[in-house]
Amino acid sequence: MIRTEEMLLNVGPQHPSTHGVFRLVLKIDGEIITEARPVIGYLHRGTEKLAEDLQYTQIIPYTDRMDYLAAMTNNYVLCHAVETMMDLEIPERAEYLRIITMELGRIASHLVWWGTYLLDLGATSPFLYAFREREMIINMLNEISGGRLTFNYMRVGGVKWDAPEGWIEKVREFIPYMREQLKGYDQLVTGNEIFMNRVKGVGTYTKEDALNYSLSGANLRCTGIKWDLRKEEPYSIYDRFDFDVCIRDGGDAWARYHVRLSEIGESLKILEQAVEQFPSEGAVLGKVPKVIKPPKGEAFVRIESPRGEIGCYIASEGKKEPYRLKFRRPSFYNLQILPKLLVGQNMANLIAILGAIDIVLGEVDG
Amino acid sequence: MELKLENITQEEMAELQRNVFLSTLEQLKGWARSNSLWPMTFGLACCAIEMMGVGSSHYDLDRFGSFFRTSPRQSDVMIVSGTVTKKMAPVVKRLYDQMPEPKWVIAMGSCATAGGPYVKSYSVVKGVDQVVPVDIYIPGCPPNPAALIYGVNKLKEKIRYEAKTGKKVI
Amino acid sequence: MDGEKDLEQLKKEAAAKAKAAALAKKKEKEQSTTEEVSAEEEPMDIAKQKAAAAAKAKAAALAKKKEKEQTTTEEVSAEEEPIDIAKQKAAAAAKAKAAALAKKKEKEQSTTEEVSAEEEPIDIAKQKAAAAARAKTAALAKQSADTGDVEKAKAIAAAKAKAAAAAKAKAAAQGKSAGGSDEKAKAIAVAKAKAAAAAKAKGKASGADSAAVSEEEKKPSPNQPVLDKYIKIIEEHLGKSILEDSYINELSKDVPTLVAKPEAYFRLAEFLKYNEQLSFDFLSELHGTDFETHMEIYTHLFSYKNRHSLALKVKVARENPEIDSLQPLWAGANWPECEAYDLLGIRFNGHPDLHRIMLGEDWIGYPLRKDYEPYDVEV
Repeated sequence: MIRTEEMLLNVGPQHPSTHGVFRLVLKIDGEIITEARPVIGYLHRGTEKLAEDLQYTQIIPYTDRMDYLAAMTNNYVLCHAVETMMDLEIPERAEYLRIITMELGRIASHLVWWGTYLLDLGATSPFLYAFREREMIINMLNEISGGRLTFNYMRVGGVKWDAPEGWIEKVREFIPYMREQLKGYDQLVTGNEIFMNRVKGVGTYTKEDALNYSLSGANLRCTGIKWDLRKEEPYSIYDRFDFDVCIRDGGDAWARYHVRLSEIGESLKILEQAVEQFPSEGAVLGKVPKVIKPPKGEAFVRIESPRGEIGCYIASEGKKEPYRLKFRRPSFYNLQILPKLLVGQNMANLIAILGAIDIVLGEVDG
Repeated sequence: MELKLENITQEEMAELQRNVFLSTLEQLKGWARSNSLWPMTFGLACCAIEMMGVGSSHYDLDRFGSFFRTSPRQSDVMIVSGTVTKKMAPVVKRLYDQMPEPKWVIAMGSCATAGGPYVKSYSVVKGVDQVVPVDIYIPGCPPNPAALIYGVNKLKEKIRYEAKTGKKVI
Repeated sequence: MDGEKDLEQLKKEAAAKAKAAALAKKKEKEQSTTEEVSAEEEPMDIAKQKAAAAAKAKAAALAKKKEKEQTTTEEVSAEEEPIDIAKQKAAAAAKAKAAALAKKKEKEQSTTEEVSAEEEPIDIAKQKAAAAARAKTAALAKQSADTGDVEKAKAIAAAKAKAAAAAKAKAAAQGKSAGGSDEKAKAIAVAKAKAAAAAKAKGKASGADSAAVSEEEKKPSPNQPVLDKYIKIIEEHLGKSILEDSYINELSKDVPTLVAKPEAYFRLAEFLKYNEQLSFDFLSELHGTDFETHMEIYTHLFSYKNRHSLALKVKVARENPEIDSLQPLWAGANWPECEAYDLLGIRFNGHPDLHRIMLGEDWIGYPLRKDYEPYDVEV
C-alpha cells in the first residue's frame, strides 16, 4: 500500500536565497505545504537595549545596520523623530541632500531586490546587471558619506558632510543612464514567459488582508490601495516634488514586481527635480545645541522606506540618552502574512512568495 | 636509467627549466587547494551584501576560481559575514562540522571578529572564534569588497605556506 | 491684605497730618497779630477746615471700602462696591474739587508768600488725595463695566497711577522749592503707596481673570477638536469610565492620545476598529515600555478612510503584567505582541500563539526591563 506522510522540513537558517538567517519550519505533504511556521531571532542584536545607554548621535550608526540595504532612510527616521520632538529648523541644502541620498538609496535597494529575486527564481544574469548599476550608486554615496553600505550620514538638524565638487553632476548624469537600463530590464525579464508563469497569481491577498496584517509599502500598493507616506503625510520637502504613487491591482507577486520597478522610475523623477532645484550654497547642519536633549515626552514618527513604513518611537526624559527607543520595522510586520500565504502552495512557489515580500533580516531583527 | 646532465644542450636545458619543476606533494596539494577555494554562502547580515558584491560583476571572485557553493558538504571555506548571535551559534558549529576536511574559516567584518559595534549587547557572541576556529580575520564594518579579496588572498598564502613548511600559522 | 491695612493706616496718618498741619496753621495764624493776615486768612481758614473735613470724609469712605473688601468676598464686593464707592468718591471728589477751586481763588487773591508756602502742604495733600481718588474711581468704573478687559484696565490704572505719581512728584518738587519738609515727602510717599495699592486692589479682585488670560495666550492644538470628537463618540457609546486620560501629544506631530483603563482596553480597541465614524483599520505599531513604576503598551492606530492617526496607551502593573491581546482585531498585532512578551514579559490573554520569537525558549530573563542582568556575560 502506498502511504503518504507529512514531512517536517526545515528551510534552515542558512539557505541560498540570500535573505539572511531566516528559518521556516514547514509541514509538507509531498510538494504541497500544509503549514508553515517562521522562526526568527537569529539576528536579534539588541539595538533597542543598547540605545538606552547612548546619545542620539551615537545611535545613528546602529540604525544603518538595521535595514542595511536602505540605510539612508533608517538614518533619517531617527533624526526626524528627534527633530520633531525638538522642533528644529533644517537648512535647505541639507534637506535637498537628504532627499537625494534617500532616493538613491531607494533605487539601490530596489535593485538588490530585483537582482536577488530573479536569482532565487533561477535567472543569474539580472543579478549581475543589478549589481553593476548598484555599484555606480554606491560609489556616489561613498563619495559623499564615506561608506558603501552603512553611511552614518544624517545628523539631528541636517547632514554631516556637504557634497563634494562635481557630485551633483554625477547624479545628474546617472539619471538618464538608469532610465535606459530600466528599459533594458523590462525587455530582459518582464516579457519572459517562464518568469510570468512563476510569478503571476502567486501569493495573492486581498485589500482587507493587507490592512489587517499591517502590511505597508509596495505590499500594500499592489492591492490597489493608494497610499504613500511621501504623498499623504509629507515629511522633509517631499511636497515640493511631483511624482506619482504606483499602484497595481491583483495583490500577487507580479503586481509587487511591477510596483517596485515603477518606484525606481518615480525615484528617478524625484531625483531629477531635486537636482534641478538644488541650492548652490547653504549650511548643511542647522542650529543644534551641542548636546541633544529632547524635551520630556514621547514621539512616534513614520516615513516611507523601500520596504514599507518605518517608524521610530522615542520616550525621553529630557536626558541625552533616550529612555526607550523602538523602531517599527516594516519587514517585521510584512512577514506576518507569510504563513497565511504559503498554505496550499508548492515548494517552488515558496521562494517566489518569500522573495516578493522583500524582507531584510537585519530589519526583522532576527 | 641515468640522467646525464653533461649531454644536455643549452636550449634543452632552458626548455627543461621552463617545463619541469620539482616540488613536494604537499606543496602541490596546497597549490591546488588555494587556487580553487569554494566558499559557502554564510551571509548573516550587512557583510553578506558586500560578499554578494564581491561575487558580482564589479569585483569578481570568479577570476580567482572561487564561486559560491550553497551546501556545506561541497565547500572549502566558510566566510562568516555578519553578527553571530547566541541563537545562531549552535547552527554555525553544526555547519562547520558538516564541512569536509580540509576546511578554513574567514571571519569577515568586525562583528564576526570580536562582536563589533554590538559587543555590549546581551545576545551577541563576541566573535565567531568562540565557536569555530578562525584562520583569517578581516576588519571593517562592512569591509570593502577589495578588502575581502585581500583576505582571500591572505588565506591562499597561508595555505601555501603551511603546505610548504608544515608549520601552522596561528 | 497687609498692603491695604497699611494703606488705611497711611491714609489715617495722612488725614491726621493734614489735620495737624491745619491746626498748626491755625495756631500760627492765631499767634500772628496782624489783622490783615488774620482777615485774609479767615476765609482761608474756613476753606482749610472745609478741605480738612473733605479729606476726613474721603479717608473715612476709603476706610469703609477697605473694610468691606476685607470682610465680604472680593468678587461680590468688587461688583457691588464700585457703585457705592463710585458715588462716595464722586461726592468726595466734587468736594475736593470745590475746595481746591476755592483755594485757588484765594491763592490768586493772596499775595504773601508765607501763606502760599503754608498752604502748599495741604494743597499737595489734597491734590494727591484727589488724584488717588480719581484713579480709583476710574479704575473701579472700568472694572465694573468691563470684566473681561482686565488687562487693559490694569494697564490703564497703572498708567494713571503713574501719572498721578508724576503729578505728585511735580507738586512735591514745587513744595520742596518752597520749603520742603519731611511731612511733604511722607505725604508723597503715602500718596504713591495709595496709588500702587489701588492697582493692587484691582489686581487682587481680578486675580482669577489673569489666569484665564495666560491660558488664552497658549494656542490650542489644531487636533484638539478631533480629540474632542473622538472622546464624545466614545463616551456616547461606551460610557464615561473607559478612559483614564486623553491629551494631544504635541511633541509627536499633535497626535491625539488616549490612555485606556486596563479592564476596558479590548472593548475600546474593538470599538475603535468597528465604529463607522472612527474605523481605525490599520495597526501601525504596538510595543511595550518599562517605566520603573509600571509598564505601558503603546499602540498607534491609523484610519485609511479618515486619514487620521490615534495613539492608544494602557498602563499595566510591573509584577506579572497581563493585558488583553489585540490579535483577534488586527492580525498584524501577532508578532509585536510576541516580541513584547519576549523582551519585557508582558503576557497577552487571548493571543493564539504566544512564544518567545526573538530570543528562544530557553532564555532566562526579560532583556528590555530596566533591571535585567545578563545570564552569561563572558560569551
